[in-house]
Amino acid sequence: MSKFVQTKLMKPERLELLKSKLQNFTINYTEVNGTPALYITKENIIDVCKILKSDNDLKFDSLLDAISVDWFEKKDRFEMIYNLTSIDNNERIFLKIKLDSKAPAMQSLTQVWGSANWYEREAFDMMGIDFINHPDLRRMYMPEEFEYYPLRKDFPLMGIPDSIPLPNK
Amino acid sequence: MSNTIYQELQDKDSDIKKTKILQALETEDLSVQFTDSLDNEMVLNMGPQHPATHGVLRLLVSLDGETVMKCVPELGYLHRGYEKLAESCTYHEFIPHTDRLDYLSPMANNVAYALAVEKLIDLEIPERGKYIRVIIAELARIQSHLLAMGALVMDIGAITPFLWAIREREKILDLYDVICGARFTTSYTRIGGVAQDVTDESLAATKVFVDEFSANLQEIRNLVERNKIFIERCEGIGYLAKEECIELGLTGPLLRACGVSRDIRKDAPYLVYDQLDFRVPTYPDSDCLARYYVRVEELVESTNILKQCLEKIPKGPHTALQSKKILPKKERVYTKMEELIHDFMIINFGVNPPKGESYTAVESSKGELGFYTISDGSGNPWRMKIRSPSFANLQALAPMMKNCMISDTVVIIGSVDPVMGEADK
Repeated sequence: MSKFVQTKLMKPERLELLKSKLQNFTINYTEVNGTPALYITKENIIDVCKILKSDNDLKFDSLLDAISVDWFEKKDRFEMIYNLTSIDNNERIFLKIKLDSKAPAMQSLTQVWGSANWYEREAFDMMGIDFINHPDLRRMYMPEEFEYYPLRKDFPLMGIPDSIPLPNK
Repeated sequence: MSNTIYQELQDKDSDIKKTKILQALETEDLSVQFTDSLDNEMVLNMGPQHPATHGVLRLLVSLDGETVMKCVPELGYLHRGYEKLAESCTYHEFIPHTDRLDYLSPMANNVAYALAVEKLIDLEIPERGKYIRVIIAELARIQSHLLAMGALVMDIGAITPFLWAIREREKILDLYDVICGARFTTSYTRIGGVAQDVTDESLAATKVFVDEFSANLQEIRNLVERNKIFIERCEGIGYLAKEECIELGLTGPLLRACGVSRDIRKDAPYLVYDQLDFRVPTYPDSDCLARYYVRVEELVESTNILKQCLEKIPKGPHTALQSKKILPKKERVYTKMEELIHDFMIINFGVNPPKGESYTAVESSKGELGFYTISDGSGNPWRMKIRSPSFANLQALAPMMKNCMISDTVVIIGSVDPVMGEADK
């Protein structure tokens, strides 16, 4: 644990409460530098998120970020990390979902939190993760014609020559 | 005859593959459907080179007369791939890049990044360093909010308050020049502290600025706040319900303007904010006027924080002493063998944080600025995700603009106060 408490930690009894609310699902509990992190299977994600958001005790009403990670391994190469905050209770948790190496895809969390829209578009653009049931899955930063996913570890830092066509004169 | 030509033209038109952004504009929730191009629907392309979009924000606006039916923001015109770059930089090398994220308050980004790395390597900095960081972070907040309020008022048509705000902002840039040697791209913080100590002269200059600032701010406010045009163009414009604000993940002044008292400085204090006395201004109205007032009152609070810091700042070291993680002073590198070795190791191989992940968030002027860092034990981060407040806040632009007038779009963009360097990364 860090010497300075930057983000208020979830109290142990509150974490137990969260665990009891989610006991029907197989969840692996870890932590990110003091903040609880929940490994959730792809199949359960929407059900778990609906409980996290709508339960009156938990009330994780604000989704602040979605982080895509490329672990560059044969199995479960990609991972999505969601940064959830409860404004009323002043608590933060991370949701982690492991994704396939070949065709990373998962249910879109726009079905639960509206803010997931752009975060997931960014993850799609940068890491090539496919979000099922996303209302508007387009590239966020790169041009539409771009074929690669720049934040993957096999994309070279200097870019790929001619990957972006120059405009016609 | 003319009808058939028109039909042919239309068929030809539909063959042209529509770009995805145009498709995004055409959804079923547009209440009016147009078939004839002579109807009054119009698609307007605003930006990326438009003075009121505060950078290179591009908006595709679908209009019915003068009413905005739908708006699709398009980002990426300032995308420089900082998250990719971070993976090839050592932790020290990335500090200058953080200046270019939110270029209106570079010091706040420096502080946020340094805190993130320090959390990863589990390091605490001395008290004086913490106070210095609070001072520069609050100066950055004043710097950013001054431009936000000045630009909002200028978008409505008043030039003088903007010039006066810039005049005050210029003084802060001069202060930065005294404190760290650069006005704009400061790169002042280091991992474990700051680049150099603040002198008594620079603290005195800061005090002079703080003492004069309240009166100068009041001068600007007198020009603006009782102006009928300003109030009528801001009040009730860009309304977004509280539930929707939370749903969209807004942070910072936008969230506080809808009545939610959320401020990381209070809720999860970092540095020395728990020892300082300040309040978090909130307004319930959630329109452009409320956002203006939240920013202005935060300016006042920031001056209070600065006053307290200038009184309380202790003497002592400004940087932690842990030579394996922190760059040693140059004079020691040239004279001591030990420091020379550490300097060589840190410059060439970087600080090697233990394997693990960490997330640190600070309250920057736009909202929650966070760095999610994943370390694999080497000198470069495996993944560095920047949670930029402007990016998340821009998502609220489309619902805010729905059914407003075209002339209100500039006011709404001004009240959201996006910085594209940060939103595009």
